[in-house]
Amino acid sequence: MLGANAMLTMVERKSHEGTTRNAGMPLDLSWVRRTHVNRSAVERRASTLVTRRTVKKEWQAAWLLRALTCIDLTTLQGDDTPGNVARLCAKGVHPLRDDMTEALGIEKLNLHVAALCVYHNLVPEAVEALRGTGVPVAAVSTGFPAGQIALPQKLDEISASVDAGAQEIDIVISRAHVLTGNWTALYDETKVCRQACGDAQMKVILATGELATVQNVAMASLVCMMAGADFIKTSTGKEPVNATLPVGVVMTRAIREYREQTGYNVGFKPAGGIRTAAQALHWQFLMKEELGDDWLKPALFRLGASSLLSDIERQLSYFLTGRYAADNHFPMP
Amino acid sequence: MSVADIFETMEYGPAPESRDPALHWIEEHNPFQLFIDGEWRDSAGTERIDIVNPATGKPLAAVAQAGEADVDAAVEAARAAFTGWSTTPDHVRARYLYALARQIQRHSRLFAVLESLDNGKPIRESRDIDIPLVSRHFYYHAGWAQLLSKELPHYRPVGVVGQIIPWNFPLLMLAWKIAPALATGSTVVLKPAEFTPVTALRFAEIVQRAGLPAGVVNIITGDGRTGEVLVRHPGVDKIAFTGSTEVGRSIRRETAGTGKRLSLELGGKSPFIVFDDADLDSVVEGVVDAIWFNQGQVCCAGSRLLVQEDIEERLIAKLHERMEHLRVGDALDKAIDIGAIVAPIQLQRIQSLVDSGVKEGATMWQPTWACPTEGYFFPPTLFTNVAPAATIAQVEIFGPVLVSMTFRTPQEAVDLANNTPYGLAASIWTENINLALDIAPQVKAGTVWINCTNLFDAASGFGGYRESGFGREGGREGLYEYLRLTDMEDATTANSRRRRRADSGPVQRDPSALPLIDRTPKMYIGGKQVRPDSGYSQPVISPNGEDIGEVGSGNRKDIRNAVEAAHKASTWAGATGHARAQILYYIAENLSARRREFEARMTDETGTEAVRAAAEVEAAIDRLFTYAAWADKFDGLVHRTPLRGLTLAIPEPLGVIGMACPDDYPLLALVSLVAPAVAMGNTIVVIPSEAHPLSATDLYQVFDTSDLPGGVVNIVTGHRNTLARVLAEHDDVDGVWYFGDAEGARTVEYASAGNMKRTWVETASLAWDAAWANESGLFLREATQVKNIWTPYGA
Repeated sequence: MLGANAMLTMVERKSHEGTTRNAGMPLDLSWVRRTHVNRSAVERRASTLVTRRTVKKEWQAAWLLRALTCIDLTTLQGDDTPGNVARLCAKGVHPLRDDMTEALGIEKLNLHVAALCVYHNLVPEAVEALRGTGVPVAAVSTGFPAGQIALPQKLDEISASVDAGAQEIDIVISRAHVLTGNWTALYDETKVCRQACGDAQMKVILATGELATVQNVAMASLVCMMAGADFIKTSTGKEPVNATLPVGVVMTRAIREYREQTGYNVGFKPAGGIRTAAQALHWQFLMKEELGDDWLKPALFRLGASSLLSDIERQLSYFLTGRYAADNHFPMP
Repeated sequence: MSVADIFETMEYGPAPESRDPALHWIEEHNPFQLFIDGEWRDSAGTERIDIVNPATGKPLAAVAQAGEADVDAAVEAARAAFTGWSTTPDHVRARYLYALARQIQRHSRLFAVLESLDNGKPIRESRDIDIPLVSRHFYYHAGWAQLLSKELPHYRPVGVVGQIIPWNFPLLMLAWKIAPALATGSTVVLKPAEFTPVTALRFAEIVQRAGLPAGVVNIITGDGRTGEVLVRHPGVDKIAFTGSTEVGRSIRRETAGTGKRLSLELGGKSPFIVFDDADLDSVVEGVVDAIWFNQGQVCCAGSRLLVQEDIEERLIAKLHERMEHLRVGDALDKAIDIGAIVAPIQLQRIQSLVDSGVKEGATMWQPTWACPTEGYFFPPTLFTNVAPAATIAQVEIFGPVLVSMTFRTPQEAVDLANNTPYGLAASIWTENINLALDIAPQVKAGTVWINCTNLFDAASGFGGYRESGFGREGGREGLYEYLRLTDMEDATTANSRRRRRADSGPVQRDPSALPLIDRTPKMYIGGKQVRPDSGYSQPVISPNGEDIGEVGSGNRKDIRNAVEAAHKASTWAGATGHARAQILYYIAENLSARRREFEARMTDETGTEAVRAAAEVEAAIDRLFTYAAWADKFDGLVHRTPLRGLTLAIPEPLGVIGMACPDDYPLLALVSLVAPAVAMGNTIVVIPSEAHPLSATDLYQVFDTSDLPGGVVNIVTGHRNTLARVLAEHDDVDGVWYFGDAEGARTVEYASAGNMKRTWVETASLAWDAAWANESGLFLREATQVKNIWTPYGA
C-alpha cells in the first residue's frame, strides 16, 4: 500500500509530467479497496462545477477551438461505408470554413480534430483518407461495445487493427469482472490488451453506465490505470447512460490520485451524448479544475463525439457574426 | 487578448453579469426612504448612511438612519395592522405569501445582482443559492399559512415582532424572519443590517405590489442605534435577531423581564470532522463549501477542520492544491469562487485574527496568487499546527480562514468538536454509517450535516445549541417561535377565581396523644438526602400561622453540588424512552400508594380543602402518566427537504435544567415541570415552592422507591429568587424554568445571558389543573431542542 509517506512530492511529480507513457504497476488491491466515493457529494460537485465557471466572447471562442482539437470524431454505425468514413475524415482534417479560420485569426494553428474513431473494418479506409495529415485513426476493439467475446479474440482484434494502421485502440472492459469484484481478472485482461496494443495508445472504455455504482467506477479506473491504460474512457455511446459529469468527476479524481502516487499522467475521454458546445465547455471546466491545463490538450483529453463539431461551428459563427446561422451554411461531414 | 493567444493560455477571462438594471433601480430610489404603514416615508431625522459596494469600495446608495420617532411610527403601524392580520383567514394569508414567493421568483435576477452589489458575494451564490432559498421560504410558509389553524388549533400569533438581521445573507435572513411571522399572523418591523439594506428595500416594493395590508410589513433602515430602539420598544411583543453572540447577549439583557419573546441565531465555530474512511476529494469540496462560501462570512461556517491523524498530510496537501484553483474577484463575475469582504472593519478584524494566529505559532498557508487590490478582499487561508487553546481555534473569525487540528479516536473528535461555547452546526465525513450516526447525536449543534455542509431548506429548522442562540427558523419547529398558547390567558383568569381560602382553621390535636416525631426534610442531591451547606434551616408556616416543619436554607454551594450531580447523571439522556417511561409510571404508582399522606400534607401546607388536595394529588399522578406516555412517543420528524436523503429532526434534551416552582399547586406544578423534562432525558435541579416545600421534600422518598437514578432530579429548598439567580448565572446549566414574581423573572432572564441558556419564565398565577397545562407539546418542546441531521445517500 502506498501510504502518505510514499506520496510523491510536487517536485518529483513535475519531473514526470507529460514525458512518460503510463507503464502501469503491479495490481495494488489494498489501494483499490481503500477507495471511497460519496455519490451525493460527487453529484453536488458536478452540478456546481458548471455554475462556478463560464467563458465568454473571445475566451469562449478559444476554448471551443481547443475543444475541437480534442474531438475523437466518431462514427460507429451499422451502415458505415467507406464513403461516409472518407467524408468524415475530410471534415476532421478541415473542420472549419476558411473564412471563419481567417476571421478568428487562427490560420497558422492549422486546427484539426484529435483522431477519427471507427470500427476495425473501416480502419484501412480511414488510414488511407488521413495519410499525411497527422490525424491518427482510432479503432474500437475487443468486441465493442459489449465486450462479450473470448480474450484471444479480443487480442486478435487489437493486433489486426494495429496492423491495419490504427494508432489508437479503444478497448472495452469485461463489465462482469467489475460487477463480481474480480479485480485481478480485470487487471490481467487489461494488461494483456495493453501488450497487444504495442505502440498504439490504449483507451480503456469502462462503460460506466453498466457498472452500477460510482464506487465501482473509481475502483475500475484505478485497476485499469495500474494495468497500463493510456486513457480511461467513460462509455461506448451504446449504453443507456453515457458520459455524465458525476462519473467524470470520479474518473478525473482517480487519474489525479494515480498521478499523485505514481507520477504518470493518464488521459481522460468522455464519450456518448456529448452534442453541444456548452457540454464540451463543461467537460473542459472539469479538466481544468480537477486535473489542470495539461488535460485540456489532446495528449490527455479527448471528447468522443459525432455531432459536437457542428454545434461548435455554429457557436463560433455566432461569435464572429453576432447572428444565428443556418445548418446549410456549414459543410456537412 | 486574441483568440489565438487564449487558445494557448486557456485562461478563463472576464464573465461579467450586467449590473445596469440594478444600478438603474437604485438610481430611481436613491436616497432611500423608510417603508412604514404601506408607504414610503422620509425619516423624521436627517441622518443618512452611505452604502458601499465592497467589491469596488465605491458608494452605491444612501439610506435613512431611522430614529426613535420612525421606530415609533413603524411599531404603531404594525400594532394597528395586527388586529386585522391576525384574524385574516388562513387561505387569505396563504395567497399573500404565495404572491411574495412568485414576485421574488419573477424578479430573481434583479434581487441577485442587488445582493451581490451590496454585499460583495459572488453572483453565482446570490443567483443559485440565496434567492432560490428566499422564494422557497415564502412558498413553504404560504403552505403553513394555509394549514395553520387546522394543524395548530391551540395557538395564536405572538403580535408585533421586531426583527433584526445581519449582512451576510441579507434577503435570505429577511425571508427566514418575515415568512414565518406572516404565515402565523404576526406583523413585523424589520431592520436590515446597516451595510446591506438594499434588497430589503426592494422587497418592500414587492410587499406593496402584492397588496399586503398596510402596516403588516414595515422596513426601517439604520445602524445598531435603530436596533436598540426597536429592542427596547414597549409596543414590541417579540424580538427575532440573527447576528453576533455579543449583540445577542445584550438583547437578552435588554429584554429581560419585559415579557418579550426572544429568538436568537448567533455565532458559531462549527467543527468539520473528517474520518479516515471519508471520500477525501469530496471532503475537499466540502471544505470549499464550508469555509469559502460567502467568504467564510457564515455563522455556521465549518471553520474548525478536525482531521483524523493518519490522513492529515494527504488532506492538507489536497486542500493546498484546491486553494490554488480558487478564484477571488468582483462579485458580479460569474466565474469567481470568492467575492469581497463586506466592509473594511471586517477585513481588519480578519487580518488581526490571522496575525494573532501566526504570532501564537500556528502555520499559515495561503495560495500563491494575489487578491485584487481594489475593494475589500482576503485570500483563502488555512492554518495547521493549531492548538485548541489558540485564539484562532476559539474565536469566530467570520472570514475565509480555516483552522485545522487532528484527532486520534471518535471520542476525541467529539470532545474537540464540543470544545467551544458555540453549537450551531457540524459536518461529519465518513463512509461508515455506524460511525456517522454514532457521532451525530454526540455533537452539540442544532444542525449536523453528514457528508455535506451548508445545506439549507425552509422545511428544516435552523438554529443553535448553547451560545449559538435558541429558537429555530424553518420547519414545523420554527413556527412555534411565532405562536403563543391560546389557553394561557384562560389559565390565569381561572386561577384568580380559585384563590385559596384558609377557612378550615388549624387542626385540633388531641393533647393526650403522643407528640409527632420531629422530621428533618433534607435536600436531595445525587440521589442522597443531604443537609444544607449553610447549616441553617427555615420554618414552613401554614396559612393559618402554624409552624408545620423546617426545610434547609439552600445556598450557592448546594446549587453547585446539585448541578454537578445532575451532570453526573447525564447518562439518563441515553436511557431508552421505554426505560424512562417505566420509571415515571413507577413514581406515579408509588405516589398513588401514599396519596393520603400527600393530601394531608397539602392540607396542612396550603390550607386547601381536603377534596381539592385529593384532586391535586390525583392530577399529579395523571400528569406523571401523561409524560410517562410521552417518553417513548415524542418522535422527531423526517423533513421533506429537496434532497435525496433523510433530514431527521430529532428532539434532544437540553441537558441540565434548573427549575423554580410556583407557590400555586405546590405538588402538581412541580410534577408538571419535572415530569416532561425527565421524560425527555434532562436532569434537573428543582427549587420547590418556597412557601410550600414539604410536598416536594416528601417526594424524594417516592423517587427513592421508584428506581429513579440518583442525580436525575435534585431538590434544593430555600429562597426561590436567590437560588434561581444562582442557577441562571451557572454557565453549566443549559436551561432555566422560572415560575414566580416579575423581579425574579427579570433576574433569571438577565443572568441567563452569561451562557445564553434557554429560559422559560411565567409570572402569572397559573391554574395547573387548567387546559393549558394539559398541552403537553408546550412542555415537551421546552424540554427539548431540535437537532436536524442531514444525511444524503446514494449507492
